[in-house]
Amino acid sequence: MFKNSLLSLLLIFFSFFSNCQNSSSVKALEIIKKVDNNMFADTQIMDSKMIVYGKRKSRTIRSKGYSKGAYKNYTEYLSPEREKGTKMLKLDNRLWIYSPSTDRIIQLSGHLLRQSVMGSDLSYEDMMEEQKLSEIYYCNILGEESIQNRNCWKLELVAKKEDVSYHKRILYIDQSWFVPLKSELYAKSGELLKRTTFNEIKKIQNRWYPTKINFKDVLKSGKGTDFIVLEVLFNPPIRNDFFLKSILKK
Amino acid sequence: MLELKLSLKNLLGAKLRTFLNVFVLSISFVIIILLNSLMDGWDAQAKRDSIAWEYGNGHLLHKNYDPLDPFSILDGHGSIPKEVNNLTPILVHQATIYPQGRIMSISMKGGFPKNTFIKVPLKKVLNTNYKYPAVIGKRMAESTKLSIGDEVLIRWRDKNGTYDADRITIVDVFDSDVPTVDTGQLWLDLNTLWQMTGLKNEASFFIANTSYKPSVLQDWKFKSQESLLKIITDLVNQKKYQQGIIYFLLMSIALLAIFDTQVLSIFRRQKEIGTLIALGMTRFRVIKLFTLEGSLYSFFSLLLGGVYGFPLFYFLSLNGFPVPPADQKIGIAIGDFIYPVYGFNLVFGTILTVLISATIVSFLPAKKISKLNPVLALKGKLQ
Repeated sequence: MFKNSLLSLLLIFFSFFSNCQNSSSVKALEIIKKVDNNMFADTQIMDSKMIVYGKRKSRTIRSKGYSKGAYKNYTEYLSPEREKGTKMLKLDNRLWIYSPSTDRIIQLSGHLLRQSVMGSDLSYEDMMEEQKLSEIYYCNILGEESIQNRNCWKLELVAKKEDVSYHKRILYIDQSWFVPLKSELYAKSGELLKRTTFNEIKKIQNRWYPTKINFKDVLKSGKGTDFIVLEVLFNPPIRNDFFLKSILKK
Repeated sequence: MLELKLSLKNLLGAKLRTFLNVFVLSISFVIIILLNSLMDGWDAQAKRDSIAWEYGNGHLLHKNYDPLDPFSILDGHGSIPKEVNNLTPILVHQATIYPQGRIMSISMKGGFPKNTFIKVPLKKVLNTNYKYPAVIGKRMAESTKLSIGDEVLIRWRDKNGTYDADRITIVDVFDSDVPTVDTGQLWLDLNTLWQMTGLKNEASFFIANTSYKPSVLQDWKFKSQESLLKIITDLVNQKKYQQGIIYFLLMSIALLAIFDTQVLSIFRRQKEIGTLIALGMTRFRVIKLFTLEGSLYSFFSLLLGGVYGFPLFYFLSLNGFPVPPADQKIGIAIGDFIYPVYGFNLVFGTILTVLISATIVSFLPAKKISKLNPVLALKGKLQ
């Protein structure tokens, strides 16, 4: 009799706990979907500059990027003079770079994808990963925290599949803007690999969007890389020829 | 015999002129032997070290793996076949190392510590309390500024492409003359690497021991020791061809001096030639006399070259020829010192080359004697 009541009590406790977990996950998923809606668009044109902080001096690289969905992206570098005319095309998991100085197109693969983009804290691989978080991660709310004096949810994202680059992410999502203010990317071992901070959130075309992002490879020394959005257009029409290899030599 | 006596007398009488010719030719002789012996020494040393440190008795490579192509590392591995004997597996995997906050792309190589068939001291990773003990070479230690006992963070992707990162501990730094087992590489226990990457029971290539008998295995291709060493042979031969230009120039200078001397002798000694013929010497014997004089230059040059060359060769064979550190970073097996190898073929080949070429250049001007009019020559009239 006593045994049965104890079992029932345990069952009730576990089902309550599991419900709480589920409701937390559902809410987290809703939050992440709203974040995805803010951060992703079907098409996007972005004028931006990247500030790469070196040991002695920093470099500013300006570029214009066109993207369609998660798998098509074309970027043209506008300045400085050394990088001007360099073009990058990403189609699915393939990446090509055109360098005007050599007038050649090269496809990056293997270890070259792990090299940093123009000395920044971003690798080519990082740039190629643009899948929606809600599609590849299980989400869970860990609690609430204040980041940049704003109330945020602290979300834990754990990979649904085994082929996701970062096994775990911790995101700090602004409770009213549904924009991440801080993101931490972890290795399978739990080692923190990269930290991204999002600043200067602005309302652009009815969505909140961070216009200054700092990427930091925490394993590497230095101040990281600032990515500043100068102008962004969401869902503009983009011609298909922007995503053909022939665009690189035009 | 008379010709030999006369030739010796004439040459010794010419004193400084003879010495200069002999000296120039001896320099060529010594330099040719020295440079060739250094090349042969490098060739032998590079092959010996490459077999001991890298090649073993040959490699059995996965069909997609090419050691010279870093792009092939990602897909260049497969399950270890069951029927492998006298082979030890090596798995290659790419990683990123962060020494002192810097970032560097490297390769992790895993092998069985007790059974690598090569000299990489992987046994050092056994019996340690570290999670990921590793050994590195001196070049890697220099570029990463790591030493024994240091911990360093590495990041890699597992078989599914997910990032992982952890600290490895350097348990030994080995000194090898073979950069291809050292530069940008980290050696781990194969079981550790399998666990890190999830590539259990997989290998990129195998190293064969001397008992290995090549057999056909699907997805694997065997490269014999000879074919692996061909890179070194080709490189050394290429260098030898380049040095051939130097030999040619040196020999040309020396032989030109002999040729010049011979032409001058025949022009200035026409009265002597006429007298010799008048005294009953045939023209052929006179030509022989002058040719012998020229050949004796090469003989004396061998003697003189031996006087200062042998001590030099002996000294270098004991102490070696120092190789500048910059030359050791060019990616080929080369030690701190090259010990020359003086092979029979090299020494006697060079001696014969010098003797024959000196004889030929002496004979060419001497041919003119056959056309001299002995009466006019005796009168001292120039012809």
